[in-house]
Amino acid sequence: MTEMPPLVALVGNPNAGKSALFNALTGARQKIANYPGVTVERKSGRATFADGRPVEMIDLPGAYSLSPDSLDEAVTRDVVLGNLQGHRRPDALVIVLDAGNLDNHLRFALELIAQGLPTVVALNMIDLAERDGLQLDSQKLARALGVPVIETVAVRRRGLEPLMIQLEEALHNPSPAIEPVAISIGAQNQRARDIARSVIINETAGRQWTRRLDAVLLHPVGGVVILLALLFLMFQAVYGWSEAPIGWIESGFALLSDGIKNAMPDGLLRSFLTDGVIAGVGSVIVFLPQILILFLFILLLEASGYMTRAAFVMDRLMAAVGLSGHSFIPLLSSFACAIPGIMATRTIMDQKERLATILISPLMTCSARLPVYTVIIGAFIPASNIGPGIGLQGLVLFGLYIAGILGAMLAASAIQRFVTQSRTSSFLIEMPRYQWPRVSDIALNLWQRAWVFLRRAGTIIFAATIILWALLSFPKAPEGSNISQVEYSVAGRIADGLEPIVRPIGFNHDIALALIPAMAAREVAVSALATVYAIDAADDDAAATSLGPKLAADWSLATALAFLAWFVFAPQCISTIAVTRRETNGWKWPIFMVTYLFALAYAAAGITYWTARSFGL
Amino acid sequence: MQLDHLPLNRMAVIRTIHWDDLPDQEGHRLRSLGFEPGVAIEALHKGILMWRDPLAVRVGRMTVALRTNVAAAIDCELSA
Repeated sequence: MTEMPPLVALVGNPNAGKSALFNALTGARQKIANYPGVTVERKSGRATFADGRPVEMIDLPGAYSLSPDSLDEAVTRDVVLGNLQGHRRPDALVIVLDAGNLDNHLRFALELIAQGLPTVVALNMIDLAERDGLQLDSQKLARALGVPVIETVAVRRRGLEPLMIQLEEALHNPSPAIEPVAISIGAQNQRARDIARSVIINETAGRQWTRRLDAVLLHPVGGVVILLALLFLMFQAVYGWSEAPIGWIESGFALLSDGIKNAMPDGLLRSFLTDGVIAGVGSVIVFLPQILILFLFILLLEASGYMTRAAFVMDRLMAAVGLSGHSFIPLLSSFACAIPGIMATRTIMDQKERLATILISPLMTCSARLPVYTVIIGAFIPASNIGPGIGLQGLVLFGLYIAGILGAMLAASAIQRFVTQSRTSSFLIEMPRYQWPRVSDIALNLWQRAWVFLRRAGTIIFAATIILWALLSFPKAPEGSNISQVEYSVAGRIADGLEPIVRPIGFNHDIALALIPAMAAREVAVSALATVYAIDAADDDAAATSLGPKLAADWSLATALAFLAWFVFAPQCISTIAVTRRETNGWKWPIFMVTYLFALAYAAAGITYWTARSFGL
Repeated sequence: MQLDHLPLNRMAVIRTIHWDDLPDQEGHRLRSLGFEPGVAIEALHKGILMWRDPLAVRVGRMTVALRTNVAAAIDCELSA
């Protein structure tokens, strides 16, 4: 007989070190999915009791109470109360408490214990509390709460064994169900503070690292300079550090492609593998290093506690366009990819602000646009210096980022004013203590991001590439015909229909062709162009040369610039649209988003094209 | 004294919170973060450039960022 392993939920305030404890208990054996019906990420993993029996752990979103202020908190409440359709109620809870923050965190613990589930409290980050000069009596806390309390330091794996032992005991001998007593939140706060006061044995003025660091990082002027410097460093790193690994990946795919060409006779299958699969998927995987570097920075900023400081510094500027510091974090994530960005908006309390943030997040230059920008800039913008250390190519790229940000700011103002008609935004957030990010937690997270990207490259992008290759390869142009294969193919004929629409903004037939599969993912535009030119050049040596020179020979500069302008605004990428639909519960907002972004993209490309033309480019 | 006028780095205690002046959601979030009359509070940092908004305050053992318009609804008294 197989029995389902017990389900244990880790629950606690944000910043209590919950995820670190979860990672320590479950190791790398984690599954990321969504809770039924919502896009809140559900992280689950297996831990084992001393005798080897498995237990399923889930890491609930951080919350401050069971009466939710945000979508994340609503999921936590629904799971704890067993109200989430299609999700079983946990058999036990592990309440994760920040030992250095009992006054504020105990109230939620009291509310959770009152639910009557078997419960163990992990008094986490006890080392940090001691560093700050706090000495606690955990046994006294256990008596006051009526549940076992274990001191843990998740990042050093301290206290994990006793925690599992207590958990097993709690599951076996559930305490008699307590009738949940409805007491007011004020009374809970009072009781929490009384308990906190009674368990503190000794308190000396500890080293107040956080306060001293904040004096610098939140400085009215210095804080702004530091944030800008950090962002600058981040984007520099994305380009500087990725050059070498990109080179390795490129040469790897080139070797693979040559190997296949040598090993196989010329034919349909060889064309499929080299022109379709390798040219297409390869041109996308090349950008994995840049995406990972960007995510690395974002994860480090989050894990160290700096991210909320960045939100603090940015709040007033965001308020100018009707948003708040809360929006800054999802928007920064959107520079990596709009999908995690949009999902991160669920921590925003104000629903109008949340909607506005979702609607503008595709304007942040996501990493999928990099392939497009890099290829076009490399082909058309001379690699000259216009000042010491300032390259023209870098400057153009920077300009594209800025164009996206300005576009987003304008869109946010307009949306908050005319669409959501929100008059105020709000900013109210806990600022956690600073701590050293733990290498293994960051590595695990980064690995999960890389996996998600590779899975995307392996499925959506792979499929799009193959479909495109097929559309481009059939029907075969008759032997000796003066029409090229691309023109003759199905895709060529679809592009014929699209061409009149995009002709006024300077796009040619090849671009019209590339725009279709780019709906699957922006970066496919590059692989699409690569496939188009690879197939067209099938019989000569040109196939061996890279995409850039071919574009430079084929396109005018005005067309290239218009193409860049289009990608600053275009809402391409079906995944983003799908996530927006799920996050906003319907088609109304994704349709609105796609419409206004396409309109902006069309206008921007048109203006760019005709301006460039008037300068004779 | 309103929290937004509290001098920096001086210990104080929350005397009253004018819940009616706050939007429901912000009042609720303030409560879940532990803002209650009688709690020790200290203004730590003021926001950037000329705005000096939002504020970072220590409430209990937690540091919280909030905007001055919310802080204005919180009455404090400097400890001696």
